[in-house]
Amino acid sequence: MIEPGTPAPEFTLARGDGEKFTRADLEGETTVLVFYPFAFSPVCTDQLNLYDEVLGDLAERGATLYGVSCDATWSQTAFREQLGVSIEQLSDFEPKGETCRAFGVYHPGGFPQRALVIVGPDGVVKWSYEAASPGDLPGANLIFDGLAA
Amino acid sequence: MTELGSAPVPPLAPDDHVRGPADAELVVEYADFECPYCAVLSAQLADRSLRRAFRHFPVRSSHPRAWPAACAAEAAGLQGRFWEMHDLLFADQARLEDPHLWQRARELYLDLPKFDSDRRSEAVLARVRRDFESGIRAGVVTTPTVWAGGVLYPGRVDQATLDGLTGER
Repeated sequence: MIEPGTPAPEFTLARGDGEKFTRADLEGETTVLVFYPFAFSPVCTDQLNLYDEVLGDLAERGATLYGVSCDATWSQTAFREQLGVSIEQLSDFEPKGETCRAFGVYHPGGFPQRALVIVGPDGVVKWSYEAASPGDLPGANLIFDGLAA
Repeated sequence: MTELGSAPVPPLAPDDHVRGPADAELVVEYADFECPYCAVLSAQLADRSLRRAFRHFPVRSSHPRAWPAACAAEAAGLQGRFWEMHDLLFADQARLEDPHLWQRARELYLDLPKFDSDRRSEAVLARVRRDFESGIRAGVVTTPTVWAGGVLYPGRVDQATLDGLTGER
């Protein structure tokens, strides 16, 4: 997967409102990209629920967290609404997995690896982490370790 | 700014909620009162000779009433009845709305106005949040999570593991 110190690649994801989210949206912000395998799957559910609880703490550090998957925007929106979380979702549906591949987190099974990438305001990857298995849920502590790295 | 980076499970503090024999094996439960598996674990541990510490780990979007229930338990604790409220909350997880919390407070003969004021207070919120943050820092990701013998056991705990905690093999 993409290593710290590497400039974030060019990419295009779809926001919930249909607008594009690109590399340019990373500039000037600290961004936490949470790549997760599937909307509505059990571990992804626990993961977004858990991370939603620390969004305020991330905001205090000037960081914004996004969920990224290959699900369609409609599915991501339904997932977010069903969970009742406020984490913005970014879709890598078409061309499927292109952004995941650019970040080196595309699973051969056709979905994102469970991975975390922190990009600094300079557009350079500050920290990255890939779970040993898509079934493993990285603790929120790791994100704060990454921000402090 | 609250520190949330990785850190070990903190040792028992004077205001931790602890019960069981002082010389028994210590088990720390990170749990919430709306979590059915936490209720099951609590019942399983009740039959065993363990020193149990309860720490709150409420996640709003998973269990919307977990925070109010945690605060109710803390408010009862300020009147010396934490564990009684703990047991009453786990005994009926289908009734965790405010009137149900007041009913439990009445059952425990708590000072109701004080209970209601305390459970909404900044101090009680901070107390619950302290437990949650210690869990986050230790890498807790789900409820229940048991910490025993320096090891975290996330999720449902199987019988063999429970037996191992108490040497009942």
